[in-house]
Amino acid sequence: MRHLLSAGDLSRDEANLILDTAEEMRSLADRPIKKLPALRGRTVVNLFFEDSTRTRISFEAAAKRLSADVINFSAKGSSVSKGESLKDTALTLQAMGADGVVCRHGSSGAPHLLATSGWMTGSVVNAGDGTHEHPTQALLDAFTMRRHLGSLEGRRITIVGDVLHSRVARSNVLLLSTLGADVTVVAPPTLLPVDMTSWPCATSYDLDGALAKSDAVMMLRVQRERMNDAYFPSAREYTRRYGLDVHRMAQLPDDAIVLHPGPMNRGMEISAEVADSARSVIVEQVTNGVAVRMAVLYLLLSGSNDTTEEQTA
Amino acid sequence: MTAYLITGAKIVGGDVADLLIENGKIVAVGTNLDAPKDAETIDAQGLIALPGLVDLHTHLREPGREDAETVLTGTRAAALGGFTAVFAMANTDPVADTAGVVEQVWRLGRDAGYADVYPIGAVTVGRKGTQLAELGAMADSAARVRVFSDDGDCVWDAALMRRALEYVKAFDGVIAQHAQEPRLTQGAQMNEGALSGVLGLTGWPSVAEEAIIARDILLNAHVGSKLHICHLSTKGSVEIVRAAKKRGFEVTAEVTPHHLLLTEDLAASYNPVYKVNPPLRTKDDVEAVREGLADGTIDIVATDHAPHPVEDKDCEWSAAAFGMLGLETALSVVQQAMIDTKLMTWADVADRMSYRPAAIGQVGGEHGRPLEAGAPANLVLVDLAAERTVVPGESASLSRNTPFDGMTLPGKVVATFLRGTATVLDGKLAR
Ligand SMILES: [Zn+2]
Repeated sequence: MRHLLSAGDLSRDEANLILDTAEEMRSLADRPIKKLPALRGRTVVNLFFEDSTRTRISFEAAAKRLSADVINFSAKGSSVSKGESLKDTALTLQAMGADGVVCRHGSSGAPHLLATSGWMTGSVVNAGDGTHEHPTQALLDAFTMRRHLGSLEGRRITIVGDVLHSRVARSNVLLLSTLGADVTVVAPPTLLPVDMTSWPCATSYDLDGALAKSDAVMMLRVQRERMNDAYFPSAREYTRRYGLDVHRMAQLPDDAIVLHPGPMNRGMEISAEVADSARSVIVEQVTNGVAVRMAVLYLLLSGSNDTTEEQTA
Repeated sequence: MTAYLITGAKIVGGDVADLLIENGKIVAVGTNLDAPKDAETIDAQGLIALPGLVDLHTHLREPGREDAETVLTGTRAAALGGFTAVFAMANTDPVADTAGVVEQVWRLGRDAGYADVYPIGAVTVGRKGTQLAELGAMADSAARVRVFSDDGDCVWDAALMRRALEYVKAFDGVIAQHAQEPRLTQGAQMNEGALSGVLGLTGWPSVAEEAIIARDILLNAHVGSKLHICHLSTKGSVEIVRAAKKRGFEVTAEVTPHHLLLTEDLAASYNPVYKVNPPLRTKDDVEAVREGLADGTIDIVATDHAPHPVEDKDCEWSAAAFGMLGLETALSVVQQAMIDTKLMTWADVADRMSYRPAAIGQVGGEHGRPLEAGAPANLVLVDLAAERTVVPGESASLSRNTPFDGMTLPGKVVATFLRGTATVLDGKLAR
């Protein structure tokens, strides 16, 4: 593993190694000294072309707990409408000797380009690119599910919402299926890609039909503005058909959990009562995010890549 | 003016023969020709002689984007690709929507001297799709414009398209449509299908092309004018045009070299050199456009040569410009896609890349004529057995955005003659 660009690039062993490592990292959080010296002297750049304070802070905390030097580079607001600055930025990071670059970008494939263009040599972690992928989010979701459900082999996981525009959905479908889960995505037909034959999951337009057999249900953020492009008639109708409220939640099996990658539109895709209910693991997802990102940075940057290769060989 | 005696060339559609060129014309084709003493002899043993190629769809970028291409550099690339005539698209800055701009482009072409440049006039003012440009003034200008197009954008307003088709009947013009329903392609980045969903790139659905083609064929049937479809790219479009022609509807269509060879899979690299409009499609589509070109459903190959400076391609996908270079590789790509696959003969290539585009562009007196005595000496000698690996830096274009970078393609243009003057000799620019 040199970069983490797509959840689909991870083998089952690699994914489990990250999740197991994250488990160790998480136990660190309970200790008085929360820092490891693992990445001392390494430089991690948080390169964010899109605002996402929560993701940036999560990566920043992860890198700092591993004793890495962290540079936050927010390109939002600078002249990034033309892509030249992606290249210039990459050249700058290269000159600064960045060992790892955590990249969030509004254009699908931008982290891929950073990793393959030859502009820089550091490891690239995709922290969310356009409507493509967000692999560390999928890893923290899987980690959270694993802590509650045990092995995900054969577990039934339902992902609900704007799949068409969701990088979280793409990464989750790929990772969860790699981990052996049965994934179903539920959305109005307008919010599913037109051809999903290559996706390792089932699709459904009917949320009520899916809930009773779900061990975990993940609600995706849905932007109200989508109704202006006729993806659905109104926020109210969306909520009625695809929102998770307490009545719908009651259909879930007893041990089932509810996830949301955040930020939530309370009252749109998820009701406040569900978000704050005992089934909700939404706050825990945030905590786990740091541990998972520590594991990813550690495995990519600590020079222990040999371990990975042994495991996957 | 130098006279040339070309010896031992295989004349396309005919036998091996010698060609004598004098005063801009082919004066004789045969053996034991009586050449003047000072004639330069070109040994064309093993080469094929084709009529000079005609490109109905070239972006020369001048005026306005001389950092990407100029009329001079673009026509140099054309000559190296075996072209003797190019039709310059109207999406310049300022837009070629007045007699003044089209005459400027026409003159630049004449001054450059590497290929005849026939400006295409915009259909609407500023290519904005709301008001007809002064098509008659462009037709009457020194540039004698007959082909009109808002290429880059679709003339999407059905009423305006109808009027444009009707209006150009007065001077026997043709409307070349960039078929793209704009509402179905907002923010579109690549072909819509299984791959676009996986890559998270906004899809450009086939139906957005097909719906406009179907509409325009029907509109044109209603008003009885001339409609040409630019860069047809989908299987469905081939089927629509084939059915229309069978029923006697008047329509011509072009396909680009890149749509004959490349598929959407290349987008998975997120390398914007593969970003083009209409997008690269699927293997099924490639097979369909090849069949369509072979059976005459698609009339011509046109390059859609679209130069862009490095910074417009050396960036993330969604920020990158649409378009690919095409002039210098077109003939080789056609050889690989259509000849090596036995779908077409070289006589067919002469038809699709010279005779028919010249006829559609109404320059058939000067270009697109069989290699016979009396015809203007517009011809190209090609070494079909040669191979070459495409190196962007070697292009005569100012730009480097060739999607064939690193590919080994068959065939090589050895010499090109424009009205008897060599523009290319020994595979290099002659002047
Ligand atoms: Zn076009």
